Amino acid sequence: MTALLSAEGLAKHFAARSRWSAFAGAKAVVRAVDDLSLEIAESETLALVGESGCGKSTTGRLIMRLIEPSAGRVVFEGKDITTASGAALRRARRRMQMVFQDPRSSLSPRRTILQTVAEPLDANGLIRSPAHRREVVTQLLDSVGLSPSVMGRYPHQFSGGQRQRVGIARALALGPSLIVADEPVSALDVSVQAQIINLMQDLQKERRLSYLFISHDLAVVRHIADRVAVMYLGRIVEIGAKAEVFRAPHHPYTQALLSAAPEARPSRLQKRIVLPGDVPSPSAIPSGCSFRTRCPIAQDICARERPSLGGVAPGHAAACHFAQPNPLGRPS
Amino acid sequence: MTPAAEAAPVPLERGILAQIAISIVRDRVSLFFLLVLVAIVLLAIFADRIAPYDPIAQSLLSINLPPSVEHWLGTDQFGRDVLSRIIYGARTSLLLGVTAPAIAAVIGTAFGVTAGYFGGWTDRIISRFLDIFLAFPALLLGILIAAALGAGFWNMVVVLTVAFAPRFARIARASTMSVRSEAFIEAAIASGMRTPAIMLHHILPNIAGSIVVVLTLWIATAVRLEATLSFLGLGTQPPKASWGNIIRDGLGNLFGSPWPIVAAGLAITLTVLAFNMLGDAVRDILDPEARDE
Repeated sequence: MTALLSAEGLAKHFAARSRWSAFAGAKAVVRAVDDLSLEIAESETLALVGESGCGKSTTGRLIMRLIEPSAGRVVFEGKDITTASGAALRRARRRMQMVFQDPRSSLSPRRTILQTVAEPLDANGLIRSPAHRREVVTQLLDSVGLSPSVMGRYPHQFSGGQRQRVGIARALALGPSLIVADEPVSALDVSVQAQIINLMQDLQKERRLSYLFISHDLAVVRHIADRVAVMYLGRIVEIGAKAEVFRAPHHPYTQALLSAAPEARPSRLQKRIVLPGDVPSPSAIPSGCSFRTRCPIAQDICARERPSLGGVAPGHAAACHFAQPNPLGRPS
Repeated sequence: MTPAAEAAPVPLERGILAQIAISIVRDRVSLFFLLVLVAIVLLAIFADRIAPYDPIAQSLLSINLPPSVEHWLGTDQFGRDVLSRIIYGARTSLLLGVTAPAIAAVIGTAFGVTAGYFGGWTDRIISRFLDIFLAFPALLLGILIAAALGAGFWNMVVVLTVAFAPRFARIARASTMSVRSEAFIEAAIASGMRTPAIMLHHILPNIAGSIVVVLTLWIATAVRLEATLSFLGLGTQPPKASWGNIIRDGLGNLFGSPWPIVAAGLAITLTVLAFNMLGDAVRDILDPEARDE
């Protein structure tokens, strides 16, 4: 497996400033993402799952270099882009693009579909003439299932699914190898979700794309992912092949998360594991294992030592002192 | 699978000015006020051909006359024809009323967009300067600067520009901050677009609506402030005609001969109203979503 993208020890800490912090000295630090490492292979889909606020979207933006990491490295196509800026960063971004959650907010209401889809091409000086521009945009729209007649129209004239197609066409414009998709279907109707997911899978096959697929929807993840990374409070708690993680979760959080996912086949229904309490604030992360405050099997060691992300099977790792298949007991 | 293919094709990329023109002509109220404004502008431009009398020619034999066939709006206390003075006054009032807010809009928007887009220290420094200017009411600031620079047309332009620019900057800054947080800005950054291009193609089109509305409000205010400053003797100097001057000259004899004040007041009201109505129309047209309705 050659890694197309690898992130090592990525972190993003925000200083939560209060009005008087300059005088008081002490600042609360929000650890949105901490010590996060992951790799994505060519034409692979890695799904990043977790509850809202766990740092999934921040991770996507760190990898895109849309926000600056506090620590760690991002290596993309063999180049360290952590400190790239200006032309180098622009060159890297030609190969990695982003699809956003809300297709309403991700398309400017004042720009036509033609202008929006052509934007990455214009920005990189890849357009020779207006006719060339229309030709390229026609091809891009065709590849996402939109007719060229939509070019002169504005985003509000489209449904959510169509707008997301436009967003995908824009992301494809520069011929990227990696697409960071931040909850690309969670704002869409369920029937439309399937269309967009299928479109993304078709495009992946045609163009050998890799996806970092950020989602909280386990049903969608089960459908599209090759590998799954589960995040809790800014850290990956479990990562592995999709089948492995879904069949035998090794981290109690993963197991609880999976038990809460809706299941179409009643025979596979399991008893839902309800975790006590709420997710702690990322500005006050518990010592040791950050999950211990809600973990049904936590012991003394969990408060003292942070468990490292250790291998439990080939290509499967979990960050738990008591990692074992279904640590919260066999599904009934 | 072509979900949008069934919809009729829409005319492609018509110029924004053409779109504005078409929409205004379609909307009768906007069309009316557009015609009013065109009429006022034509009066101002061709004042020397349209005005029936010399606006500064005095005639002691015909002072404070009510409207008549010879003098449609009567005469003032120096026997000058009020209609001619209103027509010539349109030159001063309109030129100032449009020039100063337009310059202020350009300068203010530039500062506001810069502050709103970059945030942080850039924003803090620009905003504190704006606060200093905004602490003064526009009229007080106008009086201070006019007193320092002296009266005169271009000094008044400076006065009003300085008074208005921070107000445009405020609006531009707030609108920019809200547009800045939209995902399409992130998409533009991710696609390699440079900051000036993002400001030009994404920020400006999305804040233009609010700027235009504010612009028409301040055009109205500028016409009014010109009148106020001239009324206070700090603006247009007599015997040159401006709408503010006409009101000042007429005030001494308000009850004996109200015609100059009524005429100038109506001229100001009509102009201000026309700008406000057109501003609303242009804002709606700049918004593709409102345009379709």
